[in-house]
Amino acid sequence: MNGILFLIPIALGLGLLGLFAFFWAVGRGQFDDLDGAALRILINDEEPRDGP
Amino acid sequence: MNRPLPAALAGDALASSRFAVPGMRCAGCISKLETGLAAVPGVAAARVNFTAKQVSISHEPGISVPALVKAFADIGFDASPIADALTGADGEARALVKALAVAGFAAMNVMLLSVSVWSGAGGLTRDLFHWLSAMIALPTVAYAGQPFFRSAARALKAGHTNMDVPISIGVTLATALSLFETITHGDHAYFDSAVMLLFFLLAGRWLDAVMRDRARDGVSALLKHMAAGALVIDDDGSSHWLKAADLQPGMTMLVAAGERLAADGLIVEGYSHFDQSLITGEAMPVAIGPGGQVLAGTLNSGDAVTVAITAAGADTSIADIARLMQDAGQGRSRYVRIADRAARLYAPAVHALALASFIGWMLAGAGWHEALLIAVAVLIITCPCALGLAVPAAQIVASGALMRVGVLVKDGSALERLAEADCAVFDKTGTLTLGSPEPLDLHLLSPHAAGIALALAQCSRHPLSEALRRALTAAGTMPARVSLISETPGEGLTGQFQGKIVRLGRPKTTATTDIAAALQIGDDREQLIRFADPLRPDVAATLGRLAGMGLAARILSGDRAAPVAAVGTALGIPAEGGLDPSGKLARIWALSHQGRRVLMVGDGLNDGPALAAGHVSMAPASAADASQNAADAVFLGTSLAPVATAVAVARATQAIVRQNFTLAIAYNVIAVPLAIAGLVTPLIAALAMSGSSIIVIANALRLKRAAK
Repeated sequence: MNGILFLIPIALGLGLLGLFAFFWAVGRGQFDDLDGAALRILINDEEPRDGP
Repeated sequence: MNRPLPAALAGDALASSRFAVPGMRCAGCISKLETGLAAVPGVAAARVNFTAKQVSISHEPGISVPALVKAFADIGFDASPIADALTGADGEARALVKALAVAGFAAMNVMLLSVSVWSGAGGLTRDLFHWLSAMIALPTVAYAGQPFFRSAARALKAGHTNMDVPISIGVTLATALSLFETITHGDHAYFDSAVMLLFFLLAGRWLDAVMRDRARDGVSALLKHMAAGALVIDDDGSSHWLKAADLQPGMTMLVAAGERLAADGLIVEGYSHFDQSLITGEAMPVAIGPGGQVLAGTLNSGDAVTVAITAAGADTSIADIARLMQDAGQGRSRYVRIADRAARLYAPAVHALALASFIGWMLAGAGWHEALLIAVAVLIITCPCALGLAVPAAQIVASGALMRVGVLVKDGSALERLAEADCAVFDKTGTLTLGSPEPLDLHLLSPHAAGIALALAQCSRHPLSEALRRALTAAGTMPARVSLISETPGEGLTGQFQGKIVRLGRPKTTATTDIAAALQIGDDREQLIRFADPLRPDVAATLGRLAGMGLAARILSGDRAAPVAAVGTALGIPAEGGLDPSGKLARIWALSHQGRRVLMVGDGLNDGPALAAGHVSMAPASAADASQNAADAVFLGTSLAPVATAVAVARATQAIVRQNFTLAIAYNVIAVPLAIAGLVTPLIAALAMSGSSIIVIANALRLKRAAK
């Protein structure tokens, strides 16, 4: 019984962490261009680029 | 869609513009666009959204839109600026996915706690788990329930009900009663049902929003440039770029070749061809000289001209058509979607049933607490969980299937109306035909002459030249070395080839009534190249399929009567020509007054009002942007076949939706008596709810292959 008192808050906390991570990703627009993300990995940008 | 990039480069406030770039196809295109545009002076950053085929650029405010379009052209892409009005609020799907995530998180955790209660946890443990469930469920209902509460409040304020009214009442009552149960150490709490209900319903709502966003992205990416502004010449001869909204009568604007006019006006200087197909539907450009009237929205396909503006903004003839369209579209906004029609019957029935069980149990001697518990169980079990999913799940699967065959459907109501159509009206130019002239007599040209024709044609933007260039390039012709090429608007192109003067242009002999160009080499006899606007492939087959589904077709066109009648005879359907936009609108209204449900298929701006007035409407992707906006669905490619496919898929979708409704009702017939009898525990409610939702979704997935 005592174990539950620790485990439930931990489980809920981990779940909430996942939820906030998802919110963060949605807010950053990470799901806006799913096809583009798959293609960007193929871009050859080995040479140092200007700017940031 | 994308946020503006972190403004590391921003000294001043940066402006941001969005462009549709339909031509991007691969990773190379993305990198070419982003690095190429970022290298343009004044551009801070460019970000490609490949899914939407759009590029957003943050740039210094001083850079004009045409300059950016030119920057796209320099790196080899066609770009069209997207007006802000068309980008719309795309926050809806995002807000729904967040609500869905919260409801999903809560449903999983509450369910975990509920399972232990159902397996027999009692006493202190049950109370603890109920309290934990309450702590998770209350904020969830408050956050994830908002879309339903708001919509229900709107409906009630307007004096009618929709699906969201029973949902809101059910969820609120279930939550409130469960909280009461928790406080009074009761046996049953329905937190899991309330939260799961929200989760399933949000899934349906989110699918609906995704479908709308996806189609809108697709459509706006296909939009062609409608003049966003013009280069205005001041009295002192200097020029500056003004937005269309800021143009005033009396100003003088410079219209470059290949640019669309942003206002009505009279030509002051210059002579050019104007492609008026947007307004009149006529494929051939009209030559207009000084003093002639030109209209906003037409394309200058010849030389640069200066135009004195006579009407701008809301006074232009194009704005008149837009107003006509707006008025025509009001009938459609009265259309009630099938889910809401069902809710009109459903909501009162459910509320009456719940109330009757409450009163019945009170009369039977149960306490108010027990009677209320049973009434809430009835509300939860009848809550339109499967109904809320039945329609959007079927419609998004169908629209996905249609998208793969090249039809973008804008929303679910379009699919419902498409299934109801019982007659079809087609425009001619650009809809039944391809809308661009194709040369007929190429096989008569010697390779030598073809090379000269190509060399000349590729120097002009006249539609006939462009058609000739496309056809010759496709045939593998190499251009000859023609020098000193010059173009005279209205006459044609001349050049020198091996010491001889060569000419491609208006035929000197007007023996033929066809659209034609003449090629003359030296002093030889001129060779006529005739052009025709061919029918789209599969026109006859498509009309046959439509007739097979009970949709009689007819043609209403703004083109001259003779060619329209010829096409009508060839296809064996009634045809009427010479109609202006209001004439077409009147014909459509006459048909609707006879009780027909018209499927309007058209492309030009002159079809816009008719598209908006039809019960449902489709436009080809080559259509004017206003027409694409007015249409319920846009089809890609040169074939007309997607029109018939779309009707067939829409009807299959309606059949599935009806099956889903039947399933949901059958489920209620079994579950409601149990609930009224007081036999429904939270466990049974949870099983029934998820079971019926899964069945409905599985049934909807059968539509995946509907378009094949």
